[in-house]
Amino acid sequence: MIELDSITFGYQPALPIFENFSWQVRRAEAWAVIGPSGCGKSTLLSLIAGLLRPQHGRILVEGQPLNRPRPQTGLIIQDYGLLPWATVRENARLGLRVRNFYGPDGVHAPADYQRTLDVEPWLDRLGLLPFAGQYPTELSGGQRQRTAIARTLALNPDILLMDEPFSSLDAPTREGLQRLTLELWQENRLTLILVTHAIEEAALLGQKILLLNQPPNRTAQIIENPLNLQPGYRESDEYRSLCRHLRERLEAG
Amino acid sequence: MKRRDLLLASAGLLLIWQVIAMLVNQPILPPPGRVLVTLWEETRHGNLSGHFLASLWRVVASTLLAVLTAAPAGLALGQFKRLNAVFSPIIYILYPIPKVVFVPVVLLFLGIGELSKIVVIYLILFFQILVLVRDQAAGLHPELIRSVRSLGAGRLALFRFVFLPASIPGILTALRQSVGTAVAVLYIAELFATQRGLGYYIYLNGNTLFNYPAMYAGVIAMSILGLGLYFTVDGLERLLCPWQVKNRSTSG
Repeated sequence: MIELDSITFGYQPALPIFENFSWQVRRAEAWAVIGPSGCGKSTLLSLIAGLLRPQHGRILVEGQPLNRPRPQTGLIIQDYGLLPWATVRENARLGLRVRNFYGPDGVHAPADYQRTLDVEPWLDRLGLLPFAGQYPTELSGGQRQRTAIARTLALNPDILLMDEPFSSLDAPTREGLQRLTLELWQENRLTLILVTHAIEEAALLGQKILLLNQPPNRTAQIIENPLNLQPGYRESDEYRSLCRHLRERLEAG
Repeated sequence: MKRRDLLLASAGLLLIWQVIAMLVNQPILPPPGRVLVTLWEETRHGNLSGHFLASLWRVVASTLLAVLTAAPAGLALGQFKRLNAVFSPIIYILYPIPKVVFVPVVLLFLGIGELSKIVVIYLILFFQILVLVRDQAAGLHPELIRSVRSLGAGRLALFRFVFLPASIPGILTALRQSVGTAVAVLYIAELFATQRGLGYYIYLNGNTLFNYPAMYAGVIAMSILGLGLYFTVDGLERLLCPWQVKNRSTSG
C-alpha cells in the first residue's frame, strides 16, 4: 500500500538523509519508526504525507505515484497544530471545511466526497463533547491531542501518520492515548505509522518497528513485534526483551 | 465595561463640568446644559452633522485603506523571513516617528484636498497594523501550517483558514491602539485649508466666531466620533475574535 522505491532525499544534496532507501508498508499494518534525533524520522513522515518529495526514486501509495498530499492520508504532530482562535468543535471540523472549500476535486478531497461538517460522533468517541465549545488554551495537552486526532479521523483516512504524538504528555495521559490509538487503528482498519523516540512506545504500538540510524539511511532495519496486541503485553517478558534489544541496536548506532 | 457604569461615568463628568463652569462663570466655559442644547440645535438646523460626516468619512476611508494594504504586507513579512530581514530595519526607523509631523509634508505634496487628510491618518494606521499583523503571522508555528497542509489545504485554503483569521486580531488590536491618535491627528489635519470637518468647525467657532457653546458642541461631536470608533472596534473584536476576549478576561 505504501512503497518507497529506492528514494534519495536530503535537505542539502551533499548530506542525504535517505540514500537509495526502500521500504514497504502493507495495508492495515501498525508501524513504529524509531531512531535518535536527526535520523530522519519526521522527514520520513513528511515524505509519505506528500509534503516533501524525494530527489531520486519514487513513493507509491495504493500503486499511485505520490506527488502531493493525499486527501486520505492523515498526519498528527507533536504540538497538535490546532488553530488557537477556534473551539474544539471548530478545530475538529477544519479538515472538513478545507474539503468543503475545494469540493470533491480528487486532489484536496476524495472524488466521492460528500459535503459534511458532522464531527459529533468523533467528539463523542474521543470524549471531547464536554469541551466542544472551549478553546485550545483552555484544554490539557491530552485533550488537545484528542482534538487533533478527531480532526484527522473525521476525514476518514486510510493512512494515519503520527509524528511523536504523545511526547509532550504526562505518563498516564500518554498511556491512555496509546491504548486509544490501538483501538482506533483496529476499529477503522487504518494503516498506522507512528514516529517516536521512546523505545517503550515503539514496542507497545508497533507490530513492526523500523529502526533508523544516523544518516544516511540506506537499508530499512525491521524488527517484528507480533505480540503487541496481547493483553498484559506491557508487563510481559517479551516486551522487556524487545525494549532491551531496541536499546542495544540504537546504542550500537 | 458595563453600560450602566459608562452612563454613570458620563453623568459624573457632566456634573464636574457643571460645577467648574459655575465656579469659572465666564463665556469661555459654558455649562454642559447649554452646550448640549447647542449641539442639538447645530445638528438639527446648523451643519454640524455635515462636518461630522466629513470627519467620519476621512477616518473610515483611511482605516479601510490601511487595513487593505497593511494586513497583506504584514502577513507577507511575517511569513517570509528574508523579506522581513530587508524591511524590518526600515520599519524599525519609521515606526516610532510621530506621523503627525508629516502633516505639512503631505499637504505640500498632495495638496489641500481630501486625499492629503486621508493619507495622514493612513500613515498612522498603516504602520501600527503592519507591525502587529507581521508579529502575529510570524508567531504562526510552521508545524501548525504543516498540519493544516496535511489536511489537504493548498495556498487558497491556508489563506482562508489560517492567515486571514490569524491577521484579524492584529488588525483589531492595532485599530484599538491607534484610533485615538487617528482622531487627534484628524483634528490637526482639518485645521489646514479645509471648510469641512469637525477640526475646522471647532477652530472656526472657537477662534473666529467666538461662539463658545458651538465650539464645545464640536468638541463633544469629536469625542463621540472617537468613542464611537473605539466601541465599534470593541464590538468587532467580540464578534470576530471571541477567543481573544476570553483569554484577556481570564488572564486578568
